[in-house]
Amino acid sequence: MNIISEVGINSYLWLAAILFSIGVMGVLFRRNAIIILMCIELMLNAVNILFVAFSVMHNNPAGQIMVFFIMAVAAAEVAVGLAILILMYRNMGSVDIDTMKKLKW
Amino acid sequence: MSESLLLLMLPLASMLIVAVYNGDKGLLSKGAVAASLISLLASVYVLLTFNSTVGFQSVSSYNWIPSLGINLSFGLDGLSILLVMLTNFLTPLIILATVNREIKNQRAFYALIFLMQFALIGVFTTLDAFVFYVFWELALIPIYFICLMWGGKYSGAITLKFFIYTLTGSLFMLTGIIYLYLQTPGSHTFALQSFYTLDLTAQEQSYLFWAFFLAFAIKIPIWPLHTWQPDTYTDAPTAGTMLLSGIMLKMGIYGIMRWMLPVMPLGIMQWQNLVLVLCIIGVLYASCLALVQNDFKRLVAYASMAHVGLIAAGVFTTNIYGLQGATIQMLAHGINAVGLFYIVDIIQSKTGTRQINELGGIAHNNRLFSILFVIVLLGTVALPLTNGFVGEFLLLNGIFNYNIWFAAFAGLTIILGAVYMLRSYKSIMLGDIASPSSKFETLQYNEKIVLSVVAIAIIAMGICPQYFINLAQPALENIFQLSHLHN
Amino acid sequence: MDSLIVLLIPLLPLIGFIISGTLNKQANHTLINGLTCGSVFVSFLLSVILFYQLQSGSAPISYKLLNWIYVGALKLDLSFTVDALSSIMLLIITGIGFLIHVYSTGYMHDEPDYARFFSYLNLFVFFMLLLVMGNNFVVMFVGWEGVGLCSYLLIGFWFKNNAYNDAAKKAFVMNRIGDLGFLIGMFLILNKFGSLNYQTVFDLASHAATNDPTITVICICLFIGALGKSAQIPLYTWLPDAMAGPTPVSALIHAATMVTAGIYMIVRTNVLYTLSPDAGFLVAVMGVATALFAATIGLKQNDIKKVLAYSTVSQLGYMFAALGVGAYETGMFHVITHAFFKALLFLCAGSVIHAMSGEQDIRSMGGLRKKLPITHITFFIGTLAISGFPPFSGFFSKDEILAKVHEYNGGFMLFTILAITSVITAFYMFRLYWLTFWGNFRGNSHQASHLHESPKSITIPLILLAVFAASAGLIGLPHLFHAPHLLNNFLAPVIINAPTLEASASFEIALIVVSLIVLALVTYITYQIYVAKARIPVADADEKGISKWVANKYYIDELYNALITQPLQAVSTFANNYIEKYVIDGTVNSFRWLTNTGSLLIRQIQTGSIGLYIFGIVIGIICMFVFKFYLA
Repeated sequence: MNIISEVGINSYLWLAAILFSIGVMGVLFRRNAIIILMCIELMLNAVNILFVAFSVMHNNPAGQIMVFFIMAVAAAEVAVGLAILILMYRNMGSVDIDTMKKLKW
Repeated sequence: MSESLLLLMLPLASMLIVAVYNGDKGLLSKGAVAASLISLLASVYVLLTFNSTVGFQSVSSYNWIPSLGINLSFGLDGLSILLVMLTNFLTPLIILATVNREIKNQRAFYALIFLMQFALIGVFTTLDAFVFYVFWELALIPIYFICLMWGGKYSGAITLKFFIYTLTGSLFMLTGIIYLYLQTPGSHTFALQSFYTLDLTAQEQSYLFWAFFLAFAIKIPIWPLHTWQPDTYTDAPTAGTMLLSGIMLKMGIYGIMRWMLPVMPLGIMQWQNLVLVLCIIGVLYASCLALVQNDFKRLVAYASMAHVGLIAAGVFTTNIYGLQGATIQMLAHGINAVGLFYIVDIIQSKTGTRQINELGGIAHNNRLFSILFVIVLLGTVALPLTNGFVGEFLLLNGIFNYNIWFAAFAGLTIILGAVYMLRSYKSIMLGDIASPSSKFETLQYNEKIVLSVVAIAIIAMGICPQYFINLAQPALENIFQLSHLHN
Repeated sequence: MDSLIVLLIPLLPLIGFIISGTLNKQANHTLINGLTCGSVFVSFLLSVILFYQLQSGSAPISYKLLNWIYVGALKLDLSFTVDALSSIMLLIITGIGFLIHVYSTGYMHDEPDYARFFSYLNLFVFFMLLLVMGNNFVVMFVGWEGVGLCSYLLIGFWFKNNAYNDAAKKAFVMNRIGDLGFLIGMFLILNKFGSLNYQTVFDLASHAATNDPTITVICICLFIGALGKSAQIPLYTWLPDAMAGPTPVSALIHAATMVTAGIYMIVRTNVLYTLSPDAGFLVAVMGVATALFAATIGLKQNDIKKVLAYSTVSQLGYMFAALGVGAYETGMFHVITHAFFKALLFLCAGSVIHAMSGEQDIRSMGGLRKKLPITHITFFIGTLAISGFPPFSGFFSKDEILAKVHEYNGGFMLFTILAITSVITAFYMFRLYWLTFWGNFRGNSHQASHLHESPKSITIPLILLAVFAASAGLIGLPHLFHAPHLLNNFLAPVIINAPTLEASASFEIALIVVSLIVLALVTYITYQIYVAKARIPVADADEKGISKWVANKYYIDELYNALITQPLQAVSTFANNYIEKYVIDGTVNSFRWLTNTGSLLIRQIQTGSIGLYIFGIVIGIICMFVFKFYLA
């Protein structure tokens, strides 16, 4: 009946941890800004999975509300991020983050 | 409303009125003079009803941030009222001195002067350490803008240095104040009286001494923390220089008397010798430098430093002669410095130069000016029957009671002072008429008034200093006793 | 009533100063004369009244003006007391002051700044009166510095001339050096006796032990003050330069009154000096040294006023010698006689200069006795008086000094030097007299055509002063004559516990006889050299050997310049150019440098590579976790 009791909380934790790590690795090792953006989404979603899992486990809907909140913020963030990327592509002809080293003194 | 609050609020009101006034310019300066005269009249009224023997009076206290124990509390004792009087006496003179000078953006100029007056009175009357710090820093803002916007060629760099230098010192004081605050019993308070009753170890007092001393020593300035001073004095507009030398540096001396002597007497005992040596080196050093200046304004700046060094030395002797002499000399130096800097300004505006070697012979056709100049000069070189003598006599006597050799060296200032003042008087006023001096026209009405008032004050204070001594006596005795309680 | 008189005496000249000081240049001369001379004359009359009251045995008369400075144990009043000593000084100041005021109305007649001159003179009289009337040390100090100020103003009266301005400045600064000694002396007195009131201090001191080291230091400090004001070695060089001032000023300030303030001070504090024989000995030695030193310089001076100036320094040295051996009355005696004959000599010199159209070099004078008969006679009387011919006043006072110094324990050396000095004095005075009034006129034709006797306003003061210069000695007849010593008796209440030094009658007679013979000899020799052989002194530049040293005043000014002025200037310039700029301000500015350099280093980390930043963030988060869960 209860999805948590059937599968066990540990599986969710592992899944979230693996997804999160994939996201982190992606951010660290990929040069393409779009992929980095997608990896950030991946990390956010890993956190979302945890929120939902714990929400069910503790029988507390606050976690699921938080998930909607995160999704809204993530959508806004992607909108801004993609806009930046488009501008970046227009100006530099590339979305490789190594080409963008102006962020210094 | 209590008297102390009235005195504090009047300049603030003047500032607001001047700031929003949007009419005739000639009227503006006259209005500013009138507004400052109202403050003066109010303080004279307070002085006449003042009873110096009862400690702090007309105390008014309002909660500001009660959870932190901060109160807007103000009160007057003999020492405060004298410095408030000095502020309110000099401000009209300073404003009147600028009346016929070309000043761009007059509204802002006068508003800043009134803001300065407000902050200074706040410093001199507040009984709360936090509020003291606020006013202390507030005073820096108007003078910064006055020097920056109406100053000379290099005002940017010089005022920046001045600002950062003094601010750095103040931050040490702020940490000291917070430390003291945390030592107060119960739910801590910044009240002056509670600081007086703290029981601090000698080690703590020694650290606190340096925290406060740095702030005050930079403001005074005490050698070798003085290098902001000659540049700033020289570059600032005359009104700014008068405010700085006449009143603002007294904040430092006042701070020592009010916030250091009674709170950390053991700290002072530990470092007294060193500080006195520094002060006396400063006196001689500044006198020597004044000997070789060619810019008259810079010369007066160094002269001012020499005199203030002596005042600081007097305070740190912590005996009653030193304290009383410092009080009298603070008033005397305020008046004399304003007079001297105004003389510099008059000479510069009329001849276009203030280089001593380019001037000469002004006395030939300007008798009134030369008489007034001589009187201010005599006050500066501490001739008896002028205000400078009373102060220096008591100060040197105080230093003598501390150590005879210190007095002998500090006393050299009366010789060196005569040398540099007479040298500059000779080159500027006497001898053949130099070509810039021939442009010197007769004094205008406001110049006559300001210099005459200064000259009269110099002589009157020299003949009847006892009035001021009596006013300050109970307050100083109180400070004296507090500063010797722990010994 | 009496105390009102005490107040009025200084107040009148002050009022004269204030009113004449506010008058403009066009003011009527008669008005100024009436005001300034009148105020001093009334003060003189009042002083005479006080003098007679004290003479008839009245107690000292006091007037307290106000509480001046009351701090802690220090209680200073602005108050005045006239006792025997003050009253003598009052008579000298107002009496000679009045004569010199009258003289000035003639001498300064063509001066455009007439009112200013007289206002300064009145101010001087006011401060001088404060000096001698104060009843505590600080009021004396007020007058002391005040007369220094007036001296400054009057030496530099013709302020267009920068040499005069320099002389004025020098006088003020040299006096200030002495004043510092005075000031420290006062602090010592306050510390030791707890008061600065004469009465209190002297009462306490009369119970103090002899040779108390503090009292010796007090005496030495006060003496330093006296050295400055009374132009003694090493602070004497301002006085000859001070001759830049108008001649009446030289007579009043730099001969008769102000320079004797140092003597007045020591006589006033005689109680202390009697307690400290060491300090007394120092005073005597300095006095004798100055007397000889200045007299030798006087031998080679060719400026009529400079000769008199060095002679003043020398005579002041005599007075200090007397004070040093404890003969305070004798010192005062010489102050009185010197005031008369030196004022007379200076005024005569002024009359000569007036006649010579401003020429002061005696090599251009000569033969003036025919054209200036009154000046000549009075100058001659002055010369006789200063040289010590009996029965002129200088004879009595100088003889008394010599006798007292001779009686002083171990004073034979001092006596010998003083005796030699008095021969030198006679020599340079007669040299001056012969060169000026005898022989042939050596000036140019313009001066010759202009020669004339001065107007009455000048000659009448000369005659009056000459009468006193001749007769003032009668107030202090030697023991020998068995007449009462009027001055000593009058001063007796002021001089306390002073040692008695009484020369034997035979010694006094010997002294008189020897001095008469020597003086006659000097007169004859100088006559031979300067009149009969008409030897005219050469210019300073042509002098050789020792004479060159003497003519250049032993290069003392140059020495001070090299030892004090130049090093001070050099040190100050060095401090201004290097220490201030590089050491002190350099340290402050090094903080700016430190901040700048530090930032430059740290900002290297900021590469701009986003990948690196993200890496940093991740590593940072991992570190935080590790710290939080495994280390904490």
